[in-house]
Order: sequence, then structure tokens, then C-alpha cells
Amino acid sequence: MTTFQSTETHLTNSATTSSRSSILRWLPSLLWIVAAALLLVSISNPYWGMVLEAPQYPGGLEMRAFINHLTGDEDPRRDEVREIDGLNHYIGMRPLAEAAQLERAIALPSVLLMAGLLVLTAVLRNKWLARLTLAAALFPVIFLADLAFWLNHFGQNLDPYAPLSSAIQPFTPPILGEGVIGQFRTIARVETGWYLAVAASLCIVVAFAIYMIDQRRARTER
Amino acid sequence: MFLQRLKASRIAFVVVVLMATVVVAVVQRSATTSAQGDSSNWQTIAEQRGLTEADIRAAMMTYTPSGVMDEYLMFASGGHSGQVLVIGMPSMRLLRTIGVFTPEPWQGWGYGAGNDILAVGNPEGRALSWADTHHPSLSETNGDYDGQWLFIGDKANGRVAVIDLRDFETKQIVANPLFNNDHGGTFVTPNSEYIIEGGQYSMPIGGGYDSIDNYADTYRGIITLWKFDRDAGRIDTEQSFAIELPPYWQDLCDAGKLASDGWLFCNSINTEMATGGIELGNPPFEAGASRNATDYLHIINWRAAEAVFQEGATETINGMEVISLDTAIERDLLFFAPEPRSPHGVDVFPTGEFLVAAGKLDPHVTIYSFQRILDAIAAGTTETDVFGVPVLPLESVMEAQVELGLGPLHTQFDGQGYAYTSLFLDSAVARWSIGAEGYRPQDGWTLQGKIPVQYNVGHIATVEGDTVNPDGGFLVALNKWSVDRFTSTGPLMPQNLQLIDITQTADQLQLLYDLPITGAEPHYAQIIRADKLQPWLVYPEVGWNPETQSVDPNAVTPGTEGVTRDGNTVTVRMTAIRSHYTPERVEIREGDHVIWSITNLEQSPDATHGFAIPHHNINLSLEPGESQTVEFDATGPGTFSYYCTEFCSALHLEMTGYLIIQPAE
Repeated sequence: MTTFQSTETHLTNSATTSSRSSILRWLPSLLWIVAAALLLVSISNPYWGMVLEAPQYPGGLEMRAFINHLTGDEDPRRDEVREIDGLNHYIGMRPLAEAAQLERAIALPSVLLMAGLLVLTAVLRNKWLARLTLAAALFPVIFLADLAFWLNHFGQNLDPYAPLSSAIQPFTPPILGEGVIGQFRTIARVETGWYLAVAASLCIVVAFAIYMIDQRRARTER
Repeated sequence: MFLQRLKASRIAFVVVVLMATVVVAVVQRSATTSAQGDSSNWQTIAEQRGLTEADIRAAMMTYTPSGVMDEYLMFASGGHSGQVLVIGMPSMRLLRTIGVFTPEPWQGWGYGAGNDILAVGNPEGRALSWADTHHPSLSETNGDYDGQWLFIGDKANGRVAVIDLRDFETKQIVANPLFNNDHGGTFVTPNSEYIIEGGQYSMPIGGGYDSIDNYADTYRGIITLWKFDRDAGRIDTEQSFAIELPPYWQDLCDAGKLASDGWLFCNSINTEMATGGIELGNPPFEAGASRNATDYLHIINWRAAEAVFQEGATETINGMEVISLDTAIERDLLFFAPEPRSPHGVDVFPTGEFLVAAGKLDPHVTIYSFQRILDAIAAGTTETDVFGVPVLPLESVMEAQVELGLGPLHTQFDGQGYAYTSLFLDSAVARWSIGAEGYRPQDGWTLQGKIPVQYNVGHIATVEGDTVNPDGGFLVALNKWSVDRFTSTGPLMPQNLQLIDITQTADQLQLLYDLPITGAEPHYAQIIRADKLQPWLVYPEVGWNPETQSVDPNAVTPGTEGVTRDGNTVTVRMTAIRSHYTPERVEIREGDHVIWSITNLEQSPDATHGFAIPHHNINLSLEPGESQTVEFDATGPGTFSYYCTEFCSALHLEMTGYLIIQPAE
């Protein structure tokens, strides 16, 4: 009676395991592909943005950071980055184009490389490659950390001989949320591209976790 | 007893008076307190300022809070200021002065910018620096304002200007080579094919000399049709032509539309051919030119005239092709119809089926039917004037007459089937119903009501009131006298533009607002829906030349600034951005010829920079993106600090530089 019951349970379990293992086997590859796609799509979206509001700029000035360049809003008639640079010169801040030059130069190749790595991992399902993808998952954090570094660096290193040097002391612009610089209220926030990169990171982490479970199970079964 | 009673009543009286005084004082005091306490309350303010319910309604119809845009724009001539005024409605705020014929330093117009445009038409050796702008005319498509261009005539010197409504700046001035004054301009044909400019005081064609004793033989009237090339945004003088007319002092014109498209109409005021000479014992013009009971409405087939011009049946006078009076008669281009004594305008109805002339010395407006005019032309007439121009009998072409009052002048229309006519002598505006199908046949051709205006009204303007689609809503009376309307600022008094609500029917017309105009008299104005215009907020690209409406080849880009010398010619290439010019030192020598290009690199709305050089009469306005080039001779040594004349930024005062001119060796 006991044997019979046990056999029945075993049979049931065996059938379930077989279908589950098939999902566990293919899900990581799917997630890596999705992560690669999300990263590629994120390239054409801003990662971070700041709106500067002041009385004489109704509607505000908007600056958006992509992984490899800065732009203004969608109105093509005005180069808002140049406008912000123009304003920054009064407080002695260097032109924004001088910031993060190396990072901006390597950003696009890096993302393409990461996407390539993810696709390769999805195809080869290699353990070492899978571990390497975890580094790619850090990308959104690295992006924000680097941005924070540059904001701090630019804000703290103002030209002491600038016209408004006595009114505006060196400062660190908040990377997220609201700040005040002179008559400007700044509102900084992460944008679509960054959220896409975070989604990619989640995919990578989940993919890795499932991959490891599957590997372990495979080892156990052997 | 009596004494006692007297005493008692006296005491009672004193007590009552005292009590009454106290009560009155308390009541008064509490009233004052409550008024002061409630000064935030609109009823109290109205009471304190003595405003009636009608005043409050007027305020509510016109008050435009900060940041709220006006629904309409009025383009008013600047009279003998030679400019154009742009006024927002219903707020009646002056939004812009456009420098046209007269140098205007705010815009740098004539102080380094537009000097070549302003120089057009300068008679030899005499630079004109003013004009008498009279009738602005917005460009039209299918008889409706299209908000793209504005034209205006110079009565004093016989010129026409073209203004681009993308940047509200003057792009072209043409001088009439045949006539040195005009009044019948500008008016456009329904698709702005032509800009009509009617000359006024007759003269030998070309403006040359002839004795006034030969008035009837050699003095002539003229009407010019300037061809407007919409793609180029300029008048094409090669494709323009004129028509010779009898010396009758043609006055205002209007183009036919819809039913009367292809025709134009002008009135005339001196068919008597008076030549003045009060000092010789002749009747003065005012009497001599007003003797006849009727003058002649001019009916001109411009489409047929265009064909005559294109086949070359013209003579060339001072470079302009002219259709002679004989050709005009022979080719059926010109007809007359009697019109009441010395009228001051002819206005075509929205459907083009009728036109109205108001004899300013006759209390009626006379309405002509265009179909009747066509029928009368087809039927033929044996009557002519002394020059042989066919005269159509009044009874065959007249549709109706409406008695309005004294001194009727100009007529405009609304969307409700009413017409409005200014009454100069009555100082009033009359509303009358149009008794034709499609208007107000139920009311017939009748006077509906009048509203007094202050004072001596000339033209009137309703919203899009001279188009095929009048908008109605508001009427502006352009009054020539203000007398007692404004706090005195001396004997030269402003004109008074009065905004009137015409949204209601019959005799309900309400005066809403008085706008004093200083500068000069806005003879005529047109009012357009603001959403029809698409003006630029900044120039489309940095380095823009407003004269060519394209990027200037001389535009200076950052990093290419500098001063270079080629013999005695010095080229300065400069940029401007808040709050500095590059370069800030320009050192040259006496006797140098200087070509100075300067580009405003700004792209933010309103980030305009000025550029002034003392003692050289140079002052530019460089709107965001604009580039200008000025040339001058360094005629003497000296130290001159050029600087920004528009308060551009917190460091505006520091936006300067030194022009140092060394003495010649």
C-alpha cells in the first residue's frame, strides 16, 4: 500500500519535473535576449533629465542625458544645452560637453558589447559567460554613480573669478529630486532609458538565478 | 410758562440735534470703516470709483489678465509717423511698432539695418526719412486674410511697403515712378495677385513740370497695380502696371471679391477739376471740388486690364507700363457711375454682390448692385464724361440708399448681416441692416442704431470686416479728436481708438475702451484673428539675415571672430552672447572703411542684444539668431565704447567693447 502510493507520487513528480526543467532550461536564454533588446532600445532613450525652472524661462529649460550625449527638449529651434552652458558661465561652471568625455566615448561600444555578451550567453549557455553578465547588470548603477561624480565635480569646481562667484558658492546639484541654484529650481529624475536598463538588469539577475538553479538541478539529476 | 416751555423745547431741540450728530457721525464712521475694510470687494471698488454696471461689463469684456493672449490683432497705420502699430484686442494693448518708412532706433531700423530698403525712392539728393502711412492691407487668400504679409502705402511720397508677418519687419519699399502721392492704397485683390495703389492729387504723369493752366490737358489721375510675388515675398515691379485716369482726384479703392472678383472700384472727389487759387480770387479747393452734386465712382475691370498689359498695349513712362486713358476706354476697362458728392470711400460687401459709397457731404450711403453694373455695361450707355469715359446712369446701377446722418465715410461689415458706417460730422457710428438675401432681408435696408464716439471718427474697423468672412464681435472707431477724453498732456492731443461691442442686435452697441494713440493718426486698421498668424519666436537658424530671410553668408560663427585688414578696408567679424561681444577691442585707423558683421548667437526667446557705436549713428537690434552687417567710414580719430542697448542680462552693462581709432599718420 505504502509502496504503491510512493510509486504514484514519484511518477507524478517525475512528469512535472520534466516539463519544469524544460522551462528552466530555456527561460534564462529568453531573459538574456530580452535584456539585450532592452539595453539596445535604451540607447535611443534619455537615461536622466533635469528641468531648470526660473521666472524668465516659462516652461523651464530641459536637459536630457543619453548614454553618449546631452540634448535639450524636443523643440529643435533652441539648443537648450547651450542655453544652460550660457547661464552656467555666470557661476563659473565649465561647459557640460567637457564632462564625462571618456565615459560618453566608450558608452555606446560598451552597451553594444554587453548586448553581444548577453546574446552569446543565451546561445552558448556557458557558466562563465553567465557570471560575466552579472557585471552588465550593474550598468544603471554605474551610470548614476558616474553622473553623481560629474555633477559633484562640476558643482564643486567653479571658477572663483566668475561674475556670480560671490552669490553662488560651490554646490552639489542633487542627482534626483529638487534643488535650488540661484533663481533656478532644478528637478532631476531618471528617464525611460534608465528604467529600460534597470529592467534589463532585473532580467539578467533573474536569468542568472534560474540558470544556476537549473544547473544545480542538472547536477543533482546526474 | 411760555419761557419754561421754550426752555424745555430748546433743551429738547439741542438734545435731539446732539443725538442726531452722534448718530450721523457713528453711521458715517461705520460706513467709512466698512468701505475701507471691504476695499477687496469689487462692488465697493465700483462704488468708490463711481462705475456703473455697463462700465463693469466693459471691463469684463476687455480686461486681459497677465499671460493671457489676445484673440485678435489690429494692424493700424501709424499715420505720419510712417510706421505700423500692432494692437492686441480686446485688451487694446500696444504690442508692437513696426518700423516701415521712418527710421526707428528700437528696431535698429535705419541705424544700420534696413538702410538700403529705406533709401528706395529717395528723390535725387533728398533723403526721405518719414512717410504718411494710411491704409494697411493684410494679404488675402480667396478673399480672407491669410496672416502672411502686410502692405501699406505712403500718401506723402507715393510709396508702398511690404512687411513679412513671420518677423513683423519691413522687407521692401517700392516708389511709384509715376506719382508722388497716393491715397487709394493699399488694397489687395482677393488672392493678393495685385496691391492696388491709387494716386490722389492729380499731376502730370511722372511728377514732372507742367503749368496748372494745362490741368485738364496734361494733369492725370493714376491707379497702379503692383504685382505681388508671393514666393519671393516681394513686389515684382516688372509685372506691375498702371492705368491712366482723368484728373478727378481718385480717393479710396477696394477690390471686388467673389461675385465681383476681377474688378476694382475707386471713388473720386474732384470731378469738378478745381485747380484752387484762393489767393487769386478762385474758389478754394474745399468749395471748388465740392460743387457738383455727384462725383464718379470708378469701375475698373482689372482682369481685362491685366490682359491688355500682358499683350503689350501700354506705353512706358519712367520705366512703368501704363495703359492710356484712351486704351482703357476703348478696351472697356473703365466705367463711371455717379456717386453722392465727394465720397470718402467705396467698400465691397462680403459676398461681392454690392458696394457702398458714402458721400461725405450727403447724409446717405448709396448701395450699388454689381449685377446691375454688369447689366448696365452690357446694355451700353451713350452718356460719357468729358474724356469719353462711359457713365452708367445712377438709377440703373443703384440698389438702395439709406439715410444715416451727417458726414458718412467708411463702411465695414459683421457676420450678422449688418453694415457699420462712420459718421464724421455726427461723431457717431451707424449700424444699418443689409436688406439683401443672405444678409438681413427681414429688416430691409434700414438704419438700426447709432453710437456716439469721441470724436470726429474717420475709418472704422470690424474684425475681418472687409473680407469675405467678417468675424463681427468688435468694432474699433478710429477717432481723430480726443478733446476731453484723456488727462491733458499739452495741446497736442492723442487720437482716440475706441473699442465697441457689436455682438448684440439692433441698436444695442456698447463702448468698451478708449486707447489713446500718440505718434500720429492711424487712418485705417485691419483686425485679424491672432491664430491665423504664425510668427517666429526666434529666428529659425543662428546667423539669420532678416532682409533675405535666409542664413547670411557673412554670419559669424563662434571661433571665427576677428579683425582683418585689406588695405584701408577693415572687416570686423563679431559674435554676441550674454554678456559679451567677441572681440572686445577693435583698433583701426582714421580713414579706414569698416565692414562690421555681428551675429547674435542666442536662441532663447527675447534674448535680444543691441549694438551701438557712439557718434556713428549706428544702433542695431539683433534678435536671437539675427546677423547684420553695417558699413561706415572711420572719419576721425577717437575712442568709442560700443555697447549693448537692449538690457540683456545681469551683466548687461559689462557687455561692451572699445573701438579705438588711431589718427591718420
